[in-house]
Amino acid sequence: MAGTATNTAEHHDDHVPSFFVRWFFSTNHKDIGTLYLVFAILAGVIGGAMSGLIRMELMDPGVTFLTSFTDQNLPEAAQLDAAKNFYNVLITYHGLIMIFFMVMPALIGGFGNWFVPLMIGAPDMAFPRMNNISFWLYGASAFLLTLSYFAPGYGEQLGFGGGWVLYPPLSTENITGPSMDLLILSLHLAGASSILGAINFITTIFNMRAPGMTLHKMPLFAWSVLITAFLLVLSLPVLAGGITMLLTDRMFNTAFFDWTAGGDPILYQHLFWFFGHPEVYILILPGFGVISHIVSTFSKKPIFGYLGMAYAMVAIGFVGFIVWAHHMYTVGMSVNMKAYFTAATLVIAVPTGIKVFSWIATMWGGSVEFKIPMLWAIGFIFLFTIGGVTGVVLANAGIDHALHDTYYVVAHFHYVLSLGAVFAIFAAWYYWFEKMYGIKYNVFFAGAHFWLMFIGVNIIFMPQHFLGLQGMPRRYVDYNEAFSLWNHVSTWGYLITLLGVLAFFVGIAASVLQRRKGVANPWGEGATTLEWTLPSPPPFHSFNELPKIK
Amino acid sequence: MAGAVQHDYHLVNPSPWPLIGSIGAGMTAIGAVAWSHSGDGGLFGISGPWLFLTGFAVLLITMAGWWRDVVKESLAGENTAPVVRIGLRYGMILFIASEVMFFVAWFWAFFGAALFPGAGDPIILTDGTQMLNADGLPAYLMNDSRQHITGGMWPPAGVEVLDPWHLPLINTLILLLSGTTITWSHYALTKNDQKGFITGLVLTILLGIFFTFLQYVEYNEVLLYGFGDDVERMFTYKASLYGGSFFMATGFHGVHVIIGTIFLIVCLFRGLAGHFTPERHFGFEAAAWYWHFVDVVWLFLFASIYVAGNEGVFG
Ligand code: HEM
Ligand SMILES: [Cu+2]
Repeated sequence: MAGTATNTAEHHDDHVPSFFVRWFFSTNHKDIGTLYLVFAILAGVIGGAMSGLIRMELMDPGVTFLTSFTDQNLPEAAQLDAAKNFYNVLITYHGLIMIFFMVMPALIGGFGNWFVPLMIGAPDMAFPRMNNISFWLYGASAFLLTLSYFAPGYGEQLGFGGGWVLYPPLSTENITGPSMDLLILSLHLAGASSILGAINFITTIFNMRAPGMTLHKMPLFAWSVLITAFLLVLSLPVLAGGITMLLTDRMFNTAFFDWTAGGDPILYQHLFWFFGHPEVYILILPGFGVISHIVSTFSKKPIFGYLGMAYAMVAIGFVGFIVWAHHMYTVGMSVNMKAYFTAATLVIAVPTGIKVFSWIATMWGGSVEFKIPMLWAIGFIFLFTIGGVTGVVLANAGIDHALHDTYYVVAHFHYVLSLGAVFAIFAAWYYWFEKMYGIKYNVFFAGAHFWLMFIGVNIIFMPQHFLGLQGMPRRYVDYNEAFSLWNHVSTWGYLITLLGVLAFFVGIAASVLQRRKGVANPWGEGATTLEWTLPSPPPFHSFNELPKIK
Repeated sequence: MAGAVQHDYHLVNPSPWPLIGSIGAGMTAIGAVAWSHSGDGGLFGISGPWLFLTGFAVLLITMAGWWRDVVKESLAGENTAPVVRIGLRYGMILFIASEVMFFVAWFWAFFGAALFPGAGDPIILTDGTQMLNADGLPAYLMNDSRQHITGGMWPPAGVEVLDPWHLPLINTLILLLSGTTITWSHYALTKNDQKGFITGLVLTILLGIFFTFLQYVEYNEVLLYGFGDDVERMFTYKASLYGGSFFMATGFHGVHVIIGTIFLIVCLFRGLAGHFTPERHFGFEAAAWYWHFVDVVWLFLFASIYVAGNEGVFG
């Protein structure tokens, strides 16, 4: 098949448009996927730099570091205020950027766009033009987010510092500047983008599978994106409604969240988390899909319990809609509600366990090869499992009363996200790099990247469990001296991670310079999905003739 | 793999509209913020409505240009293979599903207030008396300020509500009737009865416009006479629980009616131009689905906000 590639390139249907048209007016799923990946890398660098500032500030007790970013002519008290606001702004934008502008564009926009059509044997997405507006709306959204960062928020201070969840009354009464309005509209644009993207994925997967590929033969990554897309379509509009209420409370004197007029700030939390909990699965499900393929490829075995794996994701998606209030145990809800939400949340651990055990069972008895993507995948399984287990701890309302809003929660969601979802992204990156760009990655730097990051992130976040259990609250710029040891350690972990990220970029540069030519299937017999039947990189239009699945 | 395209899917040529539309959306959003902050210094030196209006114009141009391209492709037979038409159906259904979830948020806000207008349990101190809040009023475990605003009932004490059996009922009948005329129109189209198709469509559009007009009359009445005290609060100082949830829920519905009406008007012109055949008329069908969707949302609004809410069913 690879031999016919040159042939394809000459055919007029495979005509590649000029640079500007190709990258700005694109209707090609692979190009749009690449745009998303570039976007996600940029966002990751910015969000990562923010977390660096946060960690540097938290290295020692007292407000020590961020004051150096404030206007040095101000009196000391004003500098302190500015530094505190800066800290709050940093954690807010760090969270928003990493979730909405890094993980989602990378996993869904980037790898989803690239590989869902290839895996199901479709020539492109169902609505190629709409695919492109999903991307550019993300651009508009990122632009508004940037403006919001530099616009007045709390008094004269720049940016919105009320946390990524945008709770009122901070987001309605206290922070009145245009920063917050820009942020709300930025999320509206990002939401519109994701809803359109999700509609596109569902239609593509339902309508454009190659002849013979029933849903029960479809690769797990396509399954995972399908379920993710459903979560997006059904949960994002509720967030859109909630943040629209924020906007009307701010601008048009409605009273949805204004308790002085009978409104209810808790209503916002319900609307937010009705979106927010499905959102955390939106972030991780595509990762689940990626990991399944990698584990199976490098164990040279089909995935253990394929159907169970698919329906475990369906179950996670479904149950994910009825557990949201486990983020709100401390708002004063009744004991009955707490009991229900605890029980429902614990139920999610069952399908999650099915996934973890099936990955392990896939490796069991296989001839496992520890190539780079597999290292990331195993790292993922390890880290995600830790995060899942702390999630089960937090699911218990009684325990959560003590742990809510402490660093224990921060540790939990960073184990599932910055370690889970991000490791899945890097696993996918190394797994498909050669396929996407036709050159091999540099093995040395890829290995260094993995080991530095694996050690680094564990040093950052493992101590945060201890801090949380000792009672250190999250979202505050300063802390009691008793917490300084583990905070110090955590910041050193950040520096190690930074080296890892550096290895990532050097690795890209090295592989571009080396230009070791890629082959159609570098992984051998274990790699069975359709994208490996195409040359690397695949032709501009992948399947002019649809593959047939037996 | 090589060679000519051997499938029926629609491979779209590169298009400028996504980029232009996104720029328009961004300008509209930034312009809206700048406009709303015109009173307190604007945004980065921008104030007034000009950016918002320019952005909005770009959006409108994008929609017109984009859909014109789609119609052209349809007339050229590029997006008319059966498999592509199935895809369009999936797309429209999913879009409507997301719209439904958007309304869930507004109903959630309404029911959260209407079903729980009171405060829940009083806070009883160890000496057996009820705790007082900062204003010296009896304090409750949750939402104690809501108790004091609503008097623990829905509609809130002092709010004069619209009678559901006047304009709202007429509006309900209008929308239900329009649901039948659009079905008539569709049926006539499938039977190749162009005259019936156009008549049914024109009637639906007229009913849609009539609905919007009556909503306008009703809003005017409310804005003039208010919901009793409530509206005074709404315009004088800060906010109103009843008015906010009423206007936002019915207002968003109204916007959808207007969009649906425009969609139908576009279909009317396309119908007159002979774009629709008994077998192929997905543009029209999508408009009809959308119309049924706004119809159903109205039924829920009518039943819950106007009837159950205003008649005091929720307490
Ligand atoms: C077994 C599965 C899981 C359970 C039982 C679980 C449970 C919980 C609970 C109870 C909380 C609230 C803690 C608190 O605020 O007091 C929480 C927070 C959080 N979880 Fe999980 N979780 C699970 C998996 C995940 C996954 C897979 C992700 C994302 C990939 C995730 C992301 C988050 C985030 C971001 C927060 C914090 C949100 C915030 O307050 O800012 N969780 N989790
Ligand atoms: Cu959750």
